[in-house]
Amino acid sequence: MKKHVLAPVALAVLGLAAPLPSIADDAANGGSMIVTYKDDVSTLDPAIGYDWQNWSMIKSLFDGLMDYKPGTTELVSDLAESHTLSDDGLTYTFTLRDGVTFHNGRAMTAEDVKYSLDRVTNPKTQSPGAGFFGSIAGYDAMSSGNAQTLSGVTVVDPKTISITLSRPDATFLHVMAINFSSVVPREVVEEFGEDFGKHPVGTGAFELTDWTLGQHLIFSRNEDYWKEGLPNLDQITFEVGQEPVVALLRLQQGEVDIPGDGIPPAKFVEVSNDDQFKDFIIEGGQLQTGYITMNVKMPPFDNKAVRQAVNMAINKERIVRVINGRAVVANQPLPPTMPGYAPDYEGYAYDPDAAKAMLAEAGFADGFETELYVYNTDPNPRIAQSIQQDLKAIGINASIKSLAQANVIAAGGESDQAPMIWSGGMAWIADFPDPSNFYGPILGCAGAVPGGWNWSWYCNEELDAKAVAADGMTDPSRTAEREQMWREIYLSIMEDAPWVPVFNEQRFTMRSPAVGGEDAIFVDPVHVPVNYDYVHSTAAQ
Amino acid sequence: MSIHLLRRILESLLILLGISIVTFLLLYLLPADPARQIAGRSATVQTVENIREQLGLNLPLYQQYWHYLSNLLQGDLGRSYLQKTEVSELIAARLPATLLLMAGAIVCELVIGLALGVISALWRNSRTDRVLTVVSFTSVSAPQFVIGILLLYVFAVKLHWAPIGGYGTFAHLVLPALTLGILGAGWYARMMRSSMIDVLEKDYVRTARSKGLSRSRILFRHVIPNAILPIIAMIGIDIGMFMSGIVVVESVFSWPGIGQLAWQAIQRVDIPIIMGVTLVSACAIVIGNLLADLVAPLVDPRIRVR
Repeated sequence: MKKHVLAPVALAVLGLAAPLPSIADDAANGGSMIVTYKDDVSTLDPAIGYDWQNWSMIKSLFDGLMDYKPGTTELVSDLAESHTLSDDGLTYTFTLRDGVTFHNGRAMTAEDVKYSLDRVTNPKTQSPGAGFFGSIAGYDAMSSGNAQTLSGVTVVDPKTISITLSRPDATFLHVMAINFSSVVPREVVEEFGEDFGKHPVGTGAFELTDWTLGQHLIFSRNEDYWKEGLPNLDQITFEVGQEPVVALLRLQQGEVDIPGDGIPPAKFVEVSNDDQFKDFIIEGGQLQTGYITMNVKMPPFDNKAVRQAVNMAINKERIVRVINGRAVVANQPLPPTMPGYAPDYEGYAYDPDAAKAMLAEAGFADGFETELYVYNTDPNPRIAQSIQQDLKAIGINASIKSLAQANVIAAGGESDQAPMIWSGGMAWIADFPDPSNFYGPILGCAGAVPGGWNWSWYCNEELDAKAVAADGMTDPSRTAEREQMWREIYLSIMEDAPWVPVFNEQRFTMRSPAVGGEDAIFVDPVHVPVNYDYVHSTAAQ
Repeated sequence: MSIHLLRRILESLLILLGISIVTFLLLYLLPADPARQIAGRSATVQTVENIREQLGLNLPLYQQYWHYLSNLLQGDLGRSYLQKTEVSELIAARLPATLLLMAGAIVCELVIGLALGVISALWRNSRTDRVLTVVSFTSVSAPQFVIGILLLYVFAVKLHWAPIGGYGTFAHLVLPALTLGILGAGWYARMMRSSMIDVLEKDYVRTARSKGLSRSRILFRHVIPNAILPIIAMIGIDIGMFMSGIVVVESVFSWPGIGQLAWQAIQRVDIPIIMGVTLVSACAIVIGNLLADLVAPLVDPRIRVR
């Protein structure tokens, strides 16, 4: 048995680029803040919640076995004090922390961990995250409804739980850190049934003390929280139903501390030039890539040279300008903060003449007609027009099909419907900071099925095998080797060019002078959008 | 009268049944796949199929409608796919705010509309009357989101006289109620004007005048109470107009009513909520029209029932 308290799977890349920010958690406690959102909060059930609005709220109410260092993508132990991995790389044994209690006062035990994993994988729960647990032994029986419990999860004693996998899975500790793995108390879930999401009880830094539908939610400090000195604030009020423009006005008048939906694009330039507030804008990357897919099953995109020519034809800098510069140009599927990103890779340079020549060489000197599918909300149709002009310059006449999101997704899920899709508004955002999360569903063979998300229908079995091999490297000492394998996979994909990676969107958050904290927690890559536990009140300091 | 009442109620029920069919068909007309919405982007094709089966979306259409209708009759409007909450609970939580806003709007439109109508009628064809005519037509034609944003900008952002949206105090109510009421105020001003002119020429007014009664006594005792009657009967119909207005007004002013709920649901294609709000609004309109029909003969006996 190899023992390692923290698995340093993640984030060498971020670490190389800049020293990891150290989050000062010695801030004085007290005070409160107001965060606004446009939409009502959907659910706070960690097995169900899967949008960027409730994601971080759930993280503040619940804990899982693993988590990330605040403001970074570095994996750390959370409810698990330590863990070991068996020599065959298949069995993780977690030792739980002492003194952790749920908001209802009951001590958290290994039984709760098992119950939570059984619940999230039970098809009756309808969890959108059930598929993440596919590597746990017994998952298939569970998902087909033939079992009531995961055979691979065993309670050793109240403080110890062992989880056996059916295959080695280097991403497993990340899976233990996503919200779907949060530990919930059985008695409360059974009391509220489907409405547990409205009456959440966890072990997190805050507890929900009021939820007035359509108006506000109030989170109050969990006085018995096991992490000393946290959370910093006594109370957070989430006001819902606030349009982003109104929220911004209210922030400027001192009525709101964080506009949860960010700075509305229309106000972005104005706010950035406002001397009073420009220093309170915080910019951060996110694990997102916007891309154009080319359906490799539909001619002429079955021709690699055509796909490469399109890669050279797109003026990505102009597209970034279309969205007021709120993104950085991308040249590969992985975003720059993701482990496995290839910083030295130059990608396909913008060169319409070379693109045109290449197209002619491929037998399309006169270009061809095609269709570009796009989600019909701003700025996506404008971006599509920019792409359309770029394609026109090399002789490709693309007609834009601007449709409702569900229609674009449905067209992408058919092998013969959408020759090209601009992913905006539906683009992939990583569930956890691991390169594998950008592969399987959107570039691997598993996603190239009817109803899948691999809209380029690219399926390279060799790369699939390599991906399986990479994810089998569970030994932390091989982290760099694994990352290198993933890097090679993505560079091979770029050689085949089923996508045109266009940009990585940046996030812009704003805070009022009344609240503070390290910049990194306001654009936390995992606790999206803001890591509420570490925000402090400036008045309390 | 009682036969008329019964017939009108039966007609209303038939309309509601028709509306239930239309809202049910929304489920199939809107570009969204409920099973996929619940399953999320990381789900396997098998998971999506399981959910479709659990929701009964594989059943024939008529069975699904029967299921929907029988639930509806028990007050069950279904469960939101995205909010993960009973639709009836969501609507019930927001209905008081909408009713309060409507009450405020009715007060605004009556006070403004009747006052303007009286002034126009008394100074008929004067410059004031012409200006007020333009004002009424503008208020009737201006889109509510323009009026709302304008009022918000002037009175909340610039002058700080009112809060920038929200809910809870009387101050929060003023601007949204005014925005919602201003459309009706324009109509009422025009109707009150013509109704007043009508009454002012009646014999009993001439008699009152010849008796030497004071101008204010004639106005407040004889003219306004008579002129106002046909207008009161119109308030029921207003509910229908409000139903379309609240979606805009509540969104502009962050007012937590069912209009805002509908707007959020439309943007996220949360079909059960859209269906629920449509149905509740349709009921309100049907009931409003029914009340208007029933009240009209009471306030004006010339309107005979068939």
